[in-house]
Amino acid sequence: MVSKIFKSFDEAVADIKDGATIMIACFAGPGGFPYFLVKALAKHGAKDLTVISNTAGGIGLTFDFDDHKILFENRQVRKVIASFPFSVSPSKPTCAEKQIIAGELELELVPQGTLVERIRAGGAGMPAFYTPTGAGTIVAEGKEERIFGGRPCLLEHALRADYAFIRAYKADKLGNLIYRGTQRHLNPAMATAADIVIAEVDEIVAVGRLDPEAIITPGIFVKRIVRLAHEPDFPRHLNKSFWAKPKKGQRRKR
Amino acid sequence: MKAKLTRELIAMRAAKELFEGAVVNLGIGIPTLVSGFVPEGLTIVFQTENGALGFGPLVGPEDFARLADVDLVNAGGQYLIPVPGMCFFSSLESFAMIRGGHIDITILGAIEVSESGDLANWMIPQRGVGNIGGGMDLAFNAKKVIVTMEHVAKDGRPKIVKKCLAPLTAPGCVDLIITDIAVIEVAAEGLALKEIVSGWTLDEVQALTGPRLIVEKPPKIIEL
Repeated sequence: MVSKIFKSFDEAVADIKDGATIMIACFAGPGGFPYFLVKALAKHGAKDLTVISNTAGGIGLTFDFDDHKILFENRQVRKVIASFPFSVSPSKPTCAEKQIIAGELELELVPQGTLVERIRAGGAGMPAFYTPTGAGTIVAEGKEERIFGGRPCLLEHALRADYAFIRAYKADKLGNLIYRGTQRHLNPAMATAADIVIAEVDEIVAVGRLDPEAIITPGIFVKRIVRLAHEPDFPRHLNKSFWAKPKKGQRRKR
Repeated sequence: MKAKLTRELIAMRAAKELFEGAVVNLGIGIPTLVSGFVPEGLTIVFQTENGALGFGPLVGPEDFARLADVDLVNAGGQYLIPVPGMCFFSSLESFAMIRGGHIDITILGAIEVSESGDLANWMIPQRGVGNIGGGMDLAFNAKKVIVTMEHVAKDGRPKIVKKCLAPLTAPGCVDLIITDIAVIEVAAEGLALKEIVSGWTLDEVQALTGPRLIVEKPPKIIEL
């Protein structure tokens, strides 16, 4: 079997072409965010991308770090499909926000549950589904509406991508993944819905070392695995571990 | 000027709506504060849509160095304290909980609420853009939707209106409105004034409210 393990993030994103559609998992901070893959994509420079993500980067919650806002700053993105694309403080608009208002970036605003379900449908081979969320609001504009059980529902279409950038805790060499805490969020869904799923992980372990009962993302979904290097500019807050056992001779910091 | 409830006191009043074993999702702002006022002896299962259930209190700034973990946060990016019995899941299960009607109560903020319980809370019209996030799924699908907010906007205009001017989050979804001066139930025939803050009169509350309030019995004084 061809190895799924890539030595560097640059290699793992090297074949991404202009115009590609990329799913990027993210939610409220650095937890579960594929930081180095996004950084490598910024360096790689592919343009006219469609990004499918929860946010459009830099929304300014409790964390400020270089998330996928760098792709918008680089003007690599043509269209973003997201549920929370704008800054939480109107006085500090994100880069994507300015581009959307200027008409330079296309936005498809989606309720978060609908976003997740569209990705799930894409991964599960379902072309579309009906949901009540959004009926009677601007989300309904241009969508087919049907009544189920007396409730108006909207027809929503599946989402798929050329690539998905996933962040997990540990992988084995087959690509089986486990996650840590609230790191999971959109990662397992996105891992099913792209042609090439690239996982950025803390650790790659030998086959058999992950408890089969605990695996969240089965390995067949994952095409590429890159272990994150603890580089000098590795954000310190990404490197904390709860419930992680201290190494021998090391005392847990208090 | 007459005394109004502070944000904390609004949250405290909202916490009285919780019941034993309720699965509860709190929105950003005043709703987040509700978790600090759970009546003693009550077990509430809090859900956060990024994927955790049954977590403890937020980590206070004094404990950041010891307990803060980026893989243990709520949907607003605030650090959580793990407790026995909590569980993690992905957005798939999270929104199955929300959209499948497994959330008993959601408490949300609002820009406007209409006479018929329409909720507008995701876009300030003057800004022209806004985040939908998970709020729309919660408003459409939670068993009970409680709104906590100030009774009037910063410019003094009523936030309880005949018809929302701001884009809707969900039509007809709100069950109960808890403001800094009143508690109002959304009933089939309109908005029923149930409680008012001590020192306020019916007419004074009505003057700050868009639609006509239904008053069947003299409203109770809000107790905390």
